[in-house]
Amino acid sequence: MLDTIGAPALEDLYAHLPESVRFAGSLNIPPGRSEYEIIDYFRARGSENIHARANFLGAGVYHHYRPVLVDTVVSRGEFLTSYTPYQAEISQGTLTAIFEFQTMICQLTGMDVANASMYDGSTAVPEAAMMAMRITGRSGIAVARTVHPEYREVLSTYTRHQGISVSEFEYDVQSGQVDLESLDQAMNENTAAVIIQSPNFFGMVENTKLIAEIVHARGALLVFVFSEAVSLGLLEPPRDADIVAGELQSFAIAPSYGGPFAGVLAAKEQYVRQIPGRLVGETKDTNGNRAFCLTLATREQHIRREKATSNICTNQALIALMATVFMAVYGKQGLRELAEQNLAKSHYLGGRLWRRFNGPYFNEFVAVTGPRSVEEINGRLQGLQIVGGLPLDRFYPELGNSVLLCCTEMSRRADMDAVAEAFGA
Amino acid sequence: MSSPGKVGYQLPPLDVPGVDPAGALGAERVRAEIENFPEVSEVDVIRHFTRLSTWNYAIDLGLYPLGSCTMKYNPRINEQAARVDGMAWIHPYQPDSLSQGAMQVISELERCLLEITGMDAVTLQPAAGAHGEFTGILMIHAALAAKGNPRKKILIPDSAHGTNPATAHMAGYSVQNIPSNARGMVDVEALACAVNEDVAGMMVTNPNTIGVFEENISKVAEILHAKGALLYMDGANMNALAGISRPGDFGVDVMHLNLHKTFSTPHGGGGPGSGPVAVKQHLEPYLPIPRLARVNDQWTWNYDRPQSVGRVRAFYGNFGVLVRALAYIMAHGGDGLPRATFDALLNANYIRKLLEPYYDMPYNEPSMHECVFSDARQAKLGIDTMTIAKRLIDYGFHPYTVAFPLIVKGALMIEPTETESKRELDLFADAMISIAKEIEETPDLVKTAPHTTRTARVDEVTAARKPIVRWKRP
Repeated sequence: MLDTIGAPALEDLYAHLPESVRFAGSLNIPPGRSEYEIIDYFRARGSENIHARANFLGAGVYHHYRPVLVDTVVSRGEFLTSYTPYQAEISQGTLTAIFEFQTMICQLTGMDVANASMYDGSTAVPEAAMMAMRITGRSGIAVARTVHPEYREVLSTYTRHQGISVSEFEYDVQSGQVDLESLDQAMNENTAAVIIQSPNFFGMVENTKLIAEIVHARGALLVFVFSEAVSLGLLEPPRDADIVAGELQSFAIAPSYGGPFAGVLAAKEQYVRQIPGRLVGETKDTNGNRAFCLTLATREQHIRREKATSNICTNQALIALMATVFMAVYGKQGLRELAEQNLAKSHYLGGRLWRRFNGPYFNEFVAVTGPRSVEEINGRLQGLQIVGGLPLDRFYPELGNSVLLCCTEMSRRADMDAVAEAFGA
Repeated sequence: MSSPGKVGYQLPPLDVPGVDPAGALGAERVRAEIENFPEVSEVDVIRHFTRLSTWNYAIDLGLYPLGSCTMKYNPRINEQAARVDGMAWIHPYQPDSLSQGAMQVISELERCLLEITGMDAVTLQPAAGAHGEFTGILMIHAALAAKGNPRKKILIPDSAHGTNPATAHMAGYSVQNIPSNARGMVDVEALACAVNEDVAGMMVTNPNTIGVFEENISKVAEILHAKGALLYMDGANMNALAGISRPGDFGVDVMHLNLHKTFSTPHGGGGPGSGPVAVKQHLEPYLPIPRLARVNDQWTWNYDRPQSVGRVRAFYGNFGVLVRALAYIMAHGGDGLPRATFDALLNANYIRKLLEPYYDMPYNEPSMHECVFSDARQAKLGIDTMTIAKRLIDYGFHPYTVAFPLIVKGALMIEPTETESKRELDLFADAMISIAKEIEETPDLVKTAPHTTRTARVDEVTAARKPIVRWKRP
């Protein structure tokens, strides 16, 4: 090959680089290792993390069972080792799967259109906010304090230099739901969107319909956020919202220390041209057969450059495929039953502990500690190889002695009893 | 295939009392059903998705020479490593003391990436390349703002990826295009004229999108720095540099890497990616929170960083992708990484040599990891780059990147990567040469391609005119 090229040696291939930019040294990285050594390394590192028999943390990342078919499908090289389906004729597999994903997300959320996925829930939120600004021509965002604290941090980072003002509104200290009076005060004639999450960060289910009426009366859009997708198997979908931004980690995506996950961005039909990211559309091939392709690319960075709706390029296709397979495996009945199991488990444990809020909750709730401190409770549980709940004062200084606990279909009764006992209940 | 009552799932019997949803949540909050959601069996599901998979082209089937995308082989050991229980089943909020192994993995990858780039500090939080760009430009903004003036403009060469201008805009900057010179590189004189007190920085892809190393990159950095502006490097093409040249040594202040390109993590039909951002020391205070820190011989996350640009994503980044990238680096080692780079250069230059007699090469500079031709000769006969791409599908290959970069009219951007054999490259070159001949002899055969695919040429115009982006029950 070097002869064909006309280069005497491999090094000649970059001999044209100025001397000053060539790296003369050798990389201080150990020599190449075999498969066995590599897997051994990751097993050893894995054993330095806790191998818990049960985990009661939720807060945006949930322990749900992953049906075996999910990895079976996403491990197929035809899905794993392909890229963004620019060449529709040889990418109908990915394109069809994304079209099914968009369809099921619409069915689940009550929206008309959904994109091919976002990086995750936290980045879907600011993209939804920016979308609302483009639609309304207004520049204010009001966000509930019960939206995931890290989603709000990302919102703040994204909006800082775009002339967007973000204000927060409070939760009701009794119910743990949106405080409607505070919401009303947070809005003004410049409010483009109000952002709420349900179930919210405390696990409480909001009254979305009522909030939508209040928001729409002021000419603003309602952005509905979810971090626990399983809840949509049981809860009334946010049909009254204008944009839905969510996280699909619950749909067969391993917790994996926080990623990769897949985000959702869905909206009402009339906003389709303001949606960021990839969209797959139905069309026909020259033989008149049904076919799919990427569409409305004129919204995107590779065509519109600085005038694009977003800079997003790569999204989370393979992770979205996990969620797609999950939705197909569970289906209409399964997702319902799964959600009902989550509800039953959390109410079993919730019924044994002193809950801080009295609003309706799905699979998470805030428990107040009794005689024992949060550290003592979680320390006792750790001794049983159980990871306890999240101390809430980390994000809400006013909520001392409060623990956010999550129960899923994977929470065994005996482990929930152990949690109740650790609380001294 | 969906029919009422059909199921494919199993759940264990409930070991606690059932709860009436309407009672617990209020009847108005409970949905009747998920309208039109699938009702299928397990066998239905596996057959459906297996069938779909056969409608895809993939690296596992052959050469996938998408320029700028670096479609190299994705080693399966990476997948195994990410699925180790102790990697896959850890919660981001479990106490640091219970996550030391994961944090060690992050630390080790940070160290390797700094070694490869020659930079001083790195964040692994961004979820993809464009997300990394955004993080980097926010840091430039923060650093300049700390000196009293964030400035107004970002300079971007006309050969840049579309993400660059879109990113600059999202970070609140206006964009000024810098024309390339006759050799396809940044025009240093035009740059010197453009840089003033309004310029915050410049985003440069190196090697650039025509696969050419910006030989004046140190000079570019000098010009920017002299006026207080910073140099951002889009590291999409780091596959051409790993082990042979380090951005930290040629004046780059901040850059991103695409772990799904250079470091072999699978593209998955369009993600997940990962876009770490590496910086020189002077930008370190502005990195996103949290930062990994070593305190009392334990890893911990440090949130107390008042100058940080904030968070760009929840948690710590696409950890599962980080595991895969580290597995790749471990498999290659310090000696194997430059060898991979050599092979990437070798393969691209070999393809170039074989195709040069048949396709127009608009910029005759030495190629690094990819080569960019134009359809100038074929266009005279009425056949453009997209049509050639469609005909290439008939020969069993995925097309190259079509019609990018924008500075080449009718571009054919070819990146074979290092993982292709001479035999595969020869077959590809033979196919391209054969198409060049067909264009002269049997142009209609080319114009109506592809002929061998399950799906014939797709009507993208109608799709965009009347968008149907979901299925509805008729």
